[in-house]
Amino acid sequence: MMESVVINVLGLAAIVLTVWWFWLASKGSRQPAAGVDEALQILVKDGVYEPDRIRIAAGKATVLKFRREDASPCAEWVLFPDLEISAQLAVDQVTEVQLPAADVGEYPFHCQMQMYRGTLIVE
Amino acid sequence: MTEKSSISPQTFRLQGVSCAGCVRKIESALGEVPGVDDARVNLGDKTLVVEGSATTQACIAAVASAGYGAEAVQVNARVLRAQQREEEQAHYRQLLWRSGIALGLGVPLMIWGLVTGEMGVHNIAQQVAWGSVGLLTLAVLVFCGGHFFTGAWRAFRHHSATMDTLVALGTGTAWLFSMLVVLLPHVLPESARHVYFEASAMIIGLINLGQALEVRARGRTSAAVEKLLQLQDPNARVIRDGEEMDIPFDQVIVGDKLRVRPGEKIPVDGRVVEGESLVDESMLTGEPLPVKKTGGDALTAGTLNKNGSLVFAAEKVGADTRLAQIIQMVKNAQSSRVPIARLADTISSIFVPSVMIIAVVAALVWYNWGPDPKIAHMLVVLTSVLIIACPCALGLATPMSVMVGVGKGAENGVLVRNGKALQQATDLDTLVVDKTGTLTEGAPKLTDIECDGDADALLQQLASLESRSEHPLAEAVVSAAREKQLSLSDVQGFEAITAHGVRAEVDGKTVLLGNRKLMQREGIDPGKWTEKAEALAEQGRTAMYAAVDGAMAGIIAVADPIREDAHAAVARLKKLGLRIEMLTGDNRATAEAVARQLGIDHVHADLLPEDKEKIVADLQKNHAKVGMAGDGINDAPALARADVGFAIGAGTDVAIESADVTLMRSSLHGVADAVELSRATLRNIKQNLFGAFIYNTLGIPIAAGVLYPITGMLLSPVIAGAAMAFSSVTVVSNANRLRFFKPSQNGGTA
Ligand SMILES: [Cu+2]
Repeated sequence: MMESVVINVLGLAAIVLTVWWFWLASKGSRQPAAGVDEALQILVKDGVYEPDRIRIAAGKATVLKFRREDASPCAEWVLFPDLEISAQLAVDQVTEVQLPAADVGEYPFHCQMQMYRGTLIVE
Repeated sequence: MTEKSSISPQTFRLQGVSCAGCVRKIESALGEVPGVDDARVNLGDKTLVVEGSATTQACIAAVASAGYGAEAVQVNARVLRAQQREEEQAHYRQLLWRSGIALGLGVPLMIWGLVTGEMGVHNIAQQVAWGSVGLLTLAVLVFCGGHFFTGAWRAFRHHSATMDTLVALGTGTAWLFSMLVVLLPHVLPESARHVYFEASAMIIGLINLGQALEVRARGRTSAAVEKLLQLQDPNARVIRDGEEMDIPFDQVIVGDKLRVRPGEKIPVDGRVVEGESLVDESMLTGEPLPVKKTGGDALTAGTLNKNGSLVFAAEKVGADTRLAQIIQMVKNAQSSRVPIARLADTISSIFVPSVMIIAVVAALVWYNWGPDPKIAHMLVVLTSVLIIACPCALGLATPMSVMVGVGKGAENGVLVRNGKALQQATDLDTLVVDKTGTLTEGAPKLTDIECDGDADALLQQLASLESRSEHPLAEAVVSAAREKQLSLSDVQGFEAITAHGVRAEVDGKTVLLGNRKLMQREGIDPGKWTEKAEALAEQGRTAMYAAVDGAMAGIIAVADPIREDAHAAVARLKKLGLRIEMLTGDNRATAEAVARQLGIDHVHADLLPEDKEKIVADLQKNHAKVGMAGDGINDAPALARADVGFAIGAGTDVAIESADVTLMRSSLHGVADAVELSRATLRNIKQNLFGAFIYNTLGIPIAAGVLYPITGMLLSPVIAGAAMAFSSVTVVSNANRLRFFKPSQNGGTA
């Protein structure tokens, strides 16, 4: 009986934690977006862009620098579907991605299979 | 070379470096340059890699001050590609190794389990034995599957969950449970004292294997871009200060004179200054016949010089060449969003956490209401559901097909701007075509010359006369004479009579050429020629009356001839289910004559340029999906208005920028190719999406045990791992099938 309670409670807790951590908390506790400067490099590693929220100025072409340290094919491309920009990232190198001037808004960017995800904030 | 300061590492080729002492000197010299974060010399290939924001010049100067030579290595797309290939190969081998090791442990364990059925832990000896196996498995998890765990952890910290999360959770759960069985068997009921180490090892092995195959298959999806990159000749032969030398193509500057010998590729865009040759442009335009190039003609990088030697002046280099732009455009289009994938995108954004919840719910159901052994069932269901779900198949479905489809288009001279254009091109039902230059050659030609006497003599006189005229039709007469190699005479007293024709003295004779009104005005009776002229007009030709010394000499007719391939292309488009409407600024009679010959039913004639856009808009108001084919310059507004604008004609820069689809070959066949290709690609995408959806919607319930009442057993986590590993390979392989796409008819030979 005891065992049954423990297992069910653990299971329900796992569900609640999943919902909270991946859906609710991810909206609330976002890290502040990183501004773009000469030194900013976006690290592509282990399924995550770091930083994954990038702030750029509106109406101005911008260059983002991606450093890919993940050889797995997922990491190979970074896509900005709304801007129709994509780049093939070289392993262990910095690849510069030229972004055209964009309007104010939030634009997602991701890898081909959307495992890597990030947001470009144009303001 | 460049002033640009950059944070990406810069590579230099070193001269005079021979020993470790040199290395130290160079490295310390660079250490003092402001902005250098790190400098490393590789003695083996005599290169220097500098990281930091220092300028290229500063680095070269520092090396020089240490007493050595340095030269910046330009990393061009081609070299980069080759490096990537190597990385890919290395990654592929690494995945195979990991897979081999993991399967090397997993397969014997599985066989042991199947043969002896002894996977339980009931005494100390078994505890020790399985404990050691558990440690071995842990080693496999760390060495062969460590990247899944680090990936899952990093993603977790960012509140995101990926395939790594699922793999790590699935294999981790199986291992932890098994370890619990080994260490504390008595806390579990007798029936649950079963270990699943073989599942952990097998899953890691299979997924690594699947990823290896995927890397392989993916490499092929970019074959088209690779081919385009191969077109770029790495070397260029420039003539500087009267001397010829070979330099890398990316060091050519605008204004350089370059020589290309027979059999060489044109390295950059430019214009011929000297020489004459046939150039094969098929790789860019799909146009099978080589084009003759002489002084003043444009040359495009990547095309092949066939028989003569040419000297040309570079006009566009580096990223500005058409080839580079095409490559960039193809790359961008290859990864743009296709509207049809929106649902898949939404699903994949919530996919992994949902699967985790489903897995837990299914496990609890088995635990609370399932048959015995409950705990074992719970664990198998939990692991299988986590492992079988494959977000990658869903995520890869569209991009892989688009990648191959867009690349295939580029190979056929069809440049698609983005995924949206690709999708819209599939369901067009109306194609609006600009007549001039698309259905017809766009340059009027002399089609008929009829007279009672010597036709060549009359042509010679008329051409002499017309050589002074600026009327567009005059050009046709003059070039017809030139083709027959007739030498033109001097002309006196040339006079253009507005809206009537022209008159002049040619070799002492008064020659008149114009319409019937001109003859009436001059009091000349056209007689039998009127009938002939009307017959010609009915065929869409413009007939003109010629008189010499006050008497009718004959008539000539000029027309914009229908393109050789137009008939076949129109037939092909109709077969694709498109209704074709012709637009033209020409008069109705001419337009209808052309339409009749081509089998086009709908004609809009006498149009002003701005009318074209309105016609497209009107058609759209009646819910037609309208494609518009035009030359991209005069038709820009209509092209933009249409659901899909096809810019025809060797891709002028304007067209490349504004059209949805740019056809490098100036033929209507390109539109048919584009429509066929887009339909094939969309079909492929739908297959992939359907496959991925079905796989996950069937796979997850099966893993959760819905078939248990029928089969009496649960899906083994090992099978789940195999299914998951091969589902994404299947998606990529299916996309690769598109590489065999061929347009239904190669129009060049029509
Ligand atoms: Cu997967």
